[in-house]
Amino acid sequence: MTEQAVSRTVAEVRCALEEHDYLADEGLATAVLLALELQRPLLLEGEPGVGKTEVAKTLARWTGGELIRLQCYEGIDIGQAVYEWDYSRQLLHLRTAEATGDAAGVDAETLENELYSPRFLVKRPLLQAIDHGDGQPPVLLIDEVDRADDEFEAYLLEMLSEYAISVPELGRFEAPVPPIVVITSNRTRDVHDALKRRCLYHWVEHPGLEREIAIIARRTTEVPDRIIRQVAAAVGQFRTLGLYKPPGVAESIDWAQSLGRLGAAALDSTLAEATLGTVIKYREDQERVREHGLDTIVEQALRA
Amino acid sequence: MTETEGALVESRHLDHMVVGFVAALRDAGLTVPVGSTIVFRRSLELVGVDRSLAVYWAGRATLVTCPEDLDVFDAVFDAYWQHRDQPGEQPEPEIEHLTIALDDGADDGEGGEVADEPDVVLRWSPAEVLREKDFALCSNDELEEAQRLMMRMRFATRLRPSHRHEPARHDRGRDDLRRTVREALRTEGEPMRRATTVKRQQPRRLVLLLDVSGSMESYARALLRFIHAAVVARRRVEAFALGTRLTRLTKELSSHDPDQAFRQATGAVVDWSGGTRLGAVLTDFNDQWGVRGMARGAVVVVLSDGWDRGDPGVLGEQMARLHRVAHRVVWVNPLKSTPGYAPLAGGMAAALPHVDEFIEGHNLASLEQLAAVVAA
Repeated sequence: MTEQAVSRTVAEVRCALEEHDYLADEGLATAVLLALELQRPLLLEGEPGVGKTEVAKTLARWTGGELIRLQCYEGIDIGQAVYEWDYSRQLLHLRTAEATGDAAGVDAETLENELYSPRFLVKRPLLQAIDHGDGQPPVLLIDEVDRADDEFEAYLLEMLSEYAISVPELGRFEAPVPPIVVITSNRTRDVHDALKRRCLYHWVEHPGLEREIAIIARRTTEVPDRIIRQVAAAVGQFRTLGLYKPPGVAESIDWAQSLGRLGAAALDSTLAEATLGTVIKYREDQERVREHGLDTIVEQALRA
Repeated sequence: MTETEGALVESRHLDHMVVGFVAALRDAGLTVPVGSTIVFRRSLELVGVDRSLAVYWAGRATLVTCPEDLDVFDAVFDAYWQHRDQPGEQPEPEIEHLTIALDDGADDGEGGEVADEPDVVLRWSPAEVLREKDFALCSNDELEEAQRLMMRMRFATRLRPSHRHEPARHDRGRDDLRRTVREALRTEGEPMRRATTVKRQQPRRLVLLLDVSGSMESYARALLRFIHAAVVARRRVEAFALGTRLTRLTKELSSHDPDQAFRQATGAVVDWSGGTRLGAVLTDFNDQWGVRGMARGAVVVVLSDGWDRGDPGVLGEQMARLHRVAHRVVWVNPLKSTPGYAPLAGGMAAALPHVDEFIEGHNLASLEQLAAVVAA
């Protein structure tokens, strides 16, 4: 992708994502197109395992920009997300100046300016994404923003509306070209309205049967088509059983891959029972699946 | 949503169309800020307006901010873009005007105490009586008075160490190189004092689940006022109504005006005084919010009489799930004070093994006790 590729269409975005192994529906492709063209962050919400994080990775592969990932967690702060001074090296620098006698010759202000120079600055993901230099803008993935707390969200909002970061001791860093920003949330709590307003929003759903088959086929090696079709059909059924943790696409891929590794030609209930742990990961959920009858699910999947 | 090929709108009318569509969405109850309208307008230039599906997805990406709004968006979209002869131009009267009930209350309290000495005496004694009076027997005036007393309660929860650090006053905790270096600069680079940090303390989240089914009718309104007092009193409080379905009330109750909050909340709960599906609704809570993160490490309070027409096994199982992730689970049952009451009703009996504290909730005094239990 080059800078002059100005007016893309939704279809082109879909093709480009597909070339880089992500099968998007029209809604997601539209949201991605708008995010790129309007230079706004893209907020993706949805059940765990529907492929939110993968969107950012694919965008990085497509645009050739570096993927910079910030994993949020409760209590994340500026030092871990934006920048930090390398204190031990600063101390060492002071000591060296002292030892070589340089410190005696200069006044405190010069010494202090030396200490707060870019070489002692440790850039964390957000600053890296802003201060990326020339060339292709990076893809900034802010993962699971719902885990961070309100104060951090407020900071994010400020940074995302200006694409600039101030370091008091050094000055302002501005992105020559804004990075492509993808924010994901599992909805353990509501993301603040102001942040949502700043973003383009897309709710990511589980893929339909045919799209899931296509996704599994792309992401696995040496798995017979038949197995893939059956896995996708069975997983689709698991999702209707009201499980605590309905299997996502990642689980379907794992399951198909493990069945392929076992050299299976077709799914049967013994195999399904033996490999159930790769796709259903809670004891209660496994019990519910067995209660419903693994045999019936497999049988129906065979007909798919 | 059906796809229609061909020109949907002429572009010179586009501004009009966009504004009209957003107005229709607002009428239907969506919050659409002006900024989003502008972004939507620019998006249409990018995706084109010759296919309704393109307009649809552009609208979803720019005007909708949560999955709950999708149904409304779909309905308004169909109505507006497919039959655009009658755009929703009949805005329903909004309930915007505030009542003066709060002012009334303040006058009552302060005016009475300051201006009229004997009144103070008179006021205190009813307050004492009121503390012990069953909510089901209270008049409307008494409930209002009770509410004022609730607003004075404190809703602290136990602190837990956060991941953040703060400067320590004495020499304890972890070394803080940042401050050590900063202070060393003042003394020609010689670190005279070693600065340290300790983990900051943060209150645990408080999650309140109120049963609004028919059997709770005499208590639900009083308890809702209690919950409102908790939501506005501090941060990190979440409130839900449990009826035949789950309704999140945190936003509705965040208004400081109790009457407005109360109206918004009762308006949001479509199944007020309806049936009970306690187990099923608790399943929804666990799936959508609780186990995902909201209840993790939190103090969870269930305010319910435990009547459940569903399978008690489901309620027991869901309480067990909740108990596994929560810091503490408190069950408040207004019927507990009734002489001869034993928690034998199917749901209540199934839930009890997974409850840390089981307390009454029929009057002010018991709610004060609840506030104390939550803080323990």
